[in-house]
Amino acid sequence: MAWFKKTRTPRPTASDKPSRVPEGLWVKCPGCSQAIYNKDLSANQNVCPKCAHHFRINASERLRLLFDDGEWTEHDPDLVSTDPLRFTDTKSYISRLKAGQAANGGKDAVIVGSGLLDNIPTVIAAQEYGFIGGSMGVVVGEKITRAIERAIVERCPVIIVCCSGGARMMEGALSLMQMAKISGALARLDRARLPYIAVLTDPTTGGVTASFAMLGDLHIAEPKAQIGFAGPRVIEQTIRQKLPEGFQRSEFLLEKGMIDLIVDRREMKAVIANALVFMGATRVGPPIVVRSLPVSQPEPAAQGS
Amino acid sequence: MPADTLEFEEPIAVLLKEIEALSMLPQTDAREREIESLRRRIASVREDLYRTLTPWQRVLVARHPSRPGIEIFIERLFTGFTEIHGDRRFADDHAIMTGFAEFHGQPVLIVGHVKGGDTKQKIFRNFGYARPEGYRKALRAMRLAEKFRRPILVFVDTPAAYPGIESEERGVAEAIAVNLRDMMLLDTPVLVVVTGEGGSGGALGIAIGDRVLMQEYSIYSVIPPEGCAALVWRDASKKAEAAEALKLTAPDLLGFGIIDEIIPEPVGGAHTDHALTTQLLDGVLTRLLAEVSALDNATRLEQRYQKFRSMGRLGLEFLDEAAG
Repeated sequence: MAWFKKTRTPRPTASDKPSRVPEGLWVKCPGCSQAIYNKDLSANQNVCPKCAHHFRINASERLRLLFDDGEWTEHDPDLVSTDPLRFTDTKSYISRLKAGQAANGGKDAVIVGSGLLDNIPTVIAAQEYGFIGGSMGVVVGEKITRAIERAIVERCPVIIVCCSGGARMMEGALSLMQMAKISGALARLDRARLPYIAVLTDPTTGGVTASFAMLGDLHIAEPKAQIGFAGPRVIEQTIRQKLPEGFQRSEFLLEKGMIDLIVDRREMKAVIANALVFMGATRVGPPIVVRSLPVSQPEPAAQGS
Repeated sequence: MPADTLEFEEPIAVLLKEIEALSMLPQTDAREREIESLRRRIASVREDLYRTLTPWQRVLVARHPSRPGIEIFIERLFTGFTEIHGDRRFADDHAIMTGFAEFHGQPVLIVGHVKGGDTKQKIFRNFGYARPEGYRKALRAMRLAEKFRRPILVFVDTPAAYPGIESEERGVAEAIAVNLRDMMLLDTPVLVVVTGEGGSGGALGIAIGDRVLMQEYSIYSVIPPEGCAALVWRDASKKAEAAEALKLTAPDLLGFGIIDEIIPEPVGGAHTDHALTTQLLDGVLTRLLAEVSALDNATRLEQRYQKFRSMGRLGLEFLDEAAG
């Protein structure tokens, strides 16, 4: 009734999940510690308007940002794992799958869609970190492989937005083999002279990095994303020392020559479209995306070792 | 050698000690007979133990320090081995060895991980943890084999790719990824044998082939059991449970269609009898090499692709709920 009695939404703590977009009215940016109005943040593609910190976003949001008018046709949404190992640790894998499905709507950790990207017919696969850490099991492997095979048949480019902790432990060596399966399909795409762009977002690690994330005609990373093979803790235990600041971040990889460029999320679609045109992709209409920001120059990376 | 026995082989170790004690005493016919009967008991105890190995026990056997690997096989199975070195980019990785030799008179390329025998060798070989250079050297050598249409034999035995700063700096992930893609298209016969530990990406990085085989007590896993235990149980001592859950034994992988065949080992594991191990390996490799070499190139490549393409089978490892 009385407007001054309105209950306040408690502000989420920034400490628990720094890169997740919290659901409050205001969000504290982990990059610059400023309070941002949530609507401003989502209007800005979940990039902090003040310091350009990139918040983690989910797979369907990715597709919405890349496809024209946010429209696409989804493929193979109903593939589900059968829990081939009957894997149980502290919880059963089946219950982890159910929890992931309930939390994300999708049935596994990737969404595949086809549609127009700046009027270029494109197949895009976006990994869903919210689903068991974006991990790759048989379903993810199968969906991405089918996406690549579809692109070969339709002669269109493939884009994979990587966001994953790596191969899914709960499907054992079957998960490992998905690395080989997808890489094999990419070998065929390559032979067919079709473009493949890997978009590396926070985090891209493990078996995903050691397969399709590093096989692009172009590797485009978002700023400050964690990208690497072994986990930082494993490396620290092996070498028995602290890792340098900025290790395994996009800027570090750029410096080491592993990625082609770092692109702000708000520029991603324009840069991809531009690259696809260079790679000979065909447009079905006039270009519609305009670059809004000047091409960002990456900051010098923190030097490792 | 009792020092060579594994923790679950305690009953064998006890008998071995008895034999050792007896052989210290002056020889008599009675003692000889006793030693002989002890030896027979060891054989039967071993047979019982190995018939019912748990997955964790298999991990221990796969990691046995005297388990034969590429170096032993080069010595016993091939002639005229010439090792070649370096990735022509950065360095020569000592954890992966490659070179050419003859296999029953046929020139072949050999590639594989080396863990090293004694401590000095282990350090030199980095315990079989390959760096990016190793994967790049392997691919360079395999390209050489492809150019001259020589078959490639790969021996896999690694805990993992080396998790270190320089590995990441030089792109170990990229090196593995490129191998996965390019080995799929290598236009020459490729046979892969997991001889000990198939440690996730570090193993897979040289393990794409027309036939993938495992020796009976080798393992192949997405993550080491210790790592899995630390991650999901948050307790590294649950490694036996993790080994069980991960389904990393040769029969498991055969069941999933990930490998084509299991190469039998002597009772008691490959480390107990290198000669017999080599002989069993030889038979299978000879047969499969002939089989794969008989295919025309296009068919072989198509079959190799389909082999990996079908890992994860509709109705078995996943369902399409839309199909009803």
